[in-house]
Amino acid sequence: MERDKKSVWRSAIETGLIMGVVLLYLGVIGMFAAFQEREVIYEVVTLGQILIFFPALIGGWMAARRAQKSGAAPVIVMASALVAGAVTAVPTLIMLFINANIENVRDVLVNVNRDWVDMVTFDNRADLLTGTLALLGVLIVSAGVGGVLTLLPKKLRGALMFAGALVLLIGMFGETVRQILQQLVPRETLDTIYRRTSLRLTPAIILFVLGFVGSYFWEVRRNAVTRSYNAMPAPQRTVVQRIGLLIFLVALLALPWIVGRALSDIIVTVGIYVMMGLGLNIAIGLAGLLDLGYVTNYAVGAYVAAVLTSTGALGLTGGQMSFWVVIPIALIAAMITGFILALPILKMRGDYLAIATLGFGEIIGTLAISDWLRPVIGGAQGVLFIPKPNFFGTELVNPEQLYYIVLAACIVTLFVSIRLNNSRIGRTWMAVREDEDVAAAMGIDTARAKLLAFTVSAATGGVAGAIFAAKVGTVFPNSFTVFVSINVLSLIILGGMGSNPGIVLGAIALVGMPELLREFSEFRWLIYGALLIIMMLNRPEGLIPSKVRQRELAAENPPEPAPATSGVTQPAAGD
Amino acid sequence: MIERQTSMALLEVNNIHAYYGNIHALKGLTFHVEQGEIVTLIGSNGAGKTTTLRAITSLMHPREGTIMFEGKDITHTPANNLPAQGVAMVPEGRGVFAKLTVEENLEMGAYYRNDKDGIREDLEKAYDLFPRLRERRLQVAGTLSGGEQQMLATARALMARPRLLLLDEPSMGLAPVLVETVFDTIERINKEGMTVLLVEQNALLALEVAHRGYVLQTGEIVLADSAAALKQNPEVQKKYLGME
Repeated sequence: MERDKKSVWRSAIETGLIMGVVLLYLGVIGMFAAFQEREVIYEVVTLGQILIFFPALIGGWMAARRAQKSGAAPVIVMASALVAGAVTAVPTLIMLFINANIENVRDVLVNVNRDWVDMVTFDNRADLLTGTLALLGVLIVSAGVGGVLTLLPKKLRGALMFAGALVLLIGMFGETVRQILQQLVPRETLDTIYRRTSLRLTPAIILFVLGFVGSYFWEVRRNAVTRSYNAMPAPQRTVVQRIGLLIFLVALLALPWIVGRALSDIIVTVGIYVMMGLGLNIAIGLAGLLDLGYVTNYAVGAYVAAVLTSTGALGLTGGQMSFWVVIPIALIAAMITGFILALPILKMRGDYLAIATLGFGEIIGTLAISDWLRPVIGGAQGVLFIPKPNFFGTELVNPEQLYYIVLAACIVTLFVSIRLNNSRIGRTWMAVREDEDVAAAMGIDTARAKLLAFTVSAATGGVAGAIFAAKVGTVFPNSFTVFVSINVLSLIILGGMGSNPGIVLGAIALVGMPELLREFSEFRWLIYGALLIIMMLNRPEGLIPSKVRQRELAAENPPEPAPATSGVTQPAAGD
Repeated sequence: MIERQTSMALLEVNNIHAYYGNIHALKGLTFHVEQGEIVTLIGSNGAGKTTTLRAITSLMHPREGTIMFEGKDITHTPANNLPAQGVAMVPEGRGVFAKLTVEENLEMGAYYRNDKDGIREDLEKAYDLFPRLRERRLQVAGTLSGGEQQMLATARALMARPRLLLLDEPSMGLAPVLVETVFDTIERINKEGMTVLLVEQNALLALEVAHRGYVLQTGEIVLADSAAALKQNPEVQKKYLGME
């Protein structure tokens, strides 16, 4: 028991120190100063202040959770949270001390300036003792909040956290939310909710209460709802499912008009990446072929579409060919490229395959910019004057309209991908992925299976490229770098390898988020990177892991006596 | 070697040479398996036992020599065409598809077949042969114990309705009790008419169930005899059975 208590304090101090370093780091890179003017809730709290509270809050939460797990009493749990909060202040206090006593800290750490000192001492620059106490107080209180949260009943805690996160997000993404609301409510109403991009206090409180009540009600009622749903007779359940699907589809169709132009533009880009993700997933998630040159297919599709439809000097048809004819041509062109490139690498496995495909991606980039192909695809000048798609006489100029093309393409890709996964071919790919030799011993032509995976996978990349060309109106070589491949791969991994809903979520997170975080300027890549790392540490299986992956994780636990997976497996043969 | 027989054997391996890079792994191997037999290849680690199986199943290609199955040359038949020809393999380390259920694994074994009714029937047969697998029908193969995985791999190979079953180290990594069970099963399958080529490091058990055996040493067959005779052979006893 004595040892347990000791380790509780120790881990509280450790957690506090880690969070303290985070706090110091955020200050030293200038994040507090950059966001001290950015008010999340008007005249109440700025983003910079939230950045100060947050590490302590998380530290308090983590320390309290650990204490709780080791079976400590609530008092000890709270105490450990407070200790963690106090320790969080230590690195920053040391920096304050150094700054006060050494002249030239600012030569090295440019952000350790007056603004920073003001922020962390809560405007007590002149009186460092008061400042220290203020910082300590704030951090301890923040950590205390984290600690209290762990002690609350689960439902209450969930509702509180939901409401808090809701207000924070609505306040933080004020600009985006404002844009959406602009379409729906008159300007005067909007101004009572937001002061420029900061949420006003009253709406923030209302939002918090609504979020809290809604979430709490749902938490309480959830079991009853699921139970009554499960108790429904099967036909009735299908009706409910259909209605749900219908609402979802209507929401999807209405989406661009709800969110407005700027967001629609982002959604189109996300959609293009969803398509590529689904395509690459066929190679990686289903067949286990680590393809790092997926940009090849994207480039082929984009350039084929560009030269066939451009009204400029490089256009082959003088802009006569319709976008709708070009889509299948781009698809076939990408498939042919995929097929040809797959031929020499069929015998490679794993890492070697990855490196070879990486090479292909580089080759395409170099070809696109080369003088050799300049007469055809314009070299560094690219292909210009690509007309927008024409739908029965209407030019689809706006992102709101282009959205429907992307949506349709995504749905088709999703459908094909699901059908493939559940088919005999899907099973074949799975076998190749698990063990090529055994697959061959089962009678599977592994070379053919791999060739097919590469070819089919390339197809959607080609279509994505063609849509991209039409959306942007110009095609330049610098759109086709290795980062496209890496991005597509990352979104698959983030979403959950082999999981289709995961890919959609991954694309939103990896492609959409950086766009939404634009207001955070250069810090957005830091946030993005930190999120990726935290994600991979805490949820390596991805946001929405596929069923097969879930099974795999279940397999790491001791086998259960009951046939645990009976719900998710459907024997393919025999009916 | 005096291996001339007048009647045609089910499997005839003639003078195969195989290489890993510059390493001469198989130095002119010649042996045969008759219909209805259990033949075992025994030998120490690196003697070329698994390589021989890989050569038969075309997972590696011998530079010289021929492999005949039922009178047809299968030396260059791609590995994936062999199940349809009647040769099935239980790979070393079992190679079950860890993420598929037991039943899905068995269905993979019948991959090349299109007769749904026949597959259903064979599935039942497999479950009769291994009642344990029926119990675990919907369980993911990766969660099975080693012995169960070995059963699954064997049952999966049988799903191809082979006329020759190749078994690579079935006892590897199994508890002694389970090893006995595995070998009992091999005997049982053989009694029902299956011809078996068994590669095994556990020479004692292999010679127990086999009719004939070949002793491999650095890529060459150094002894060929009936299993009973090999068990009595003083050299085999000393080298592979651990007897004095």
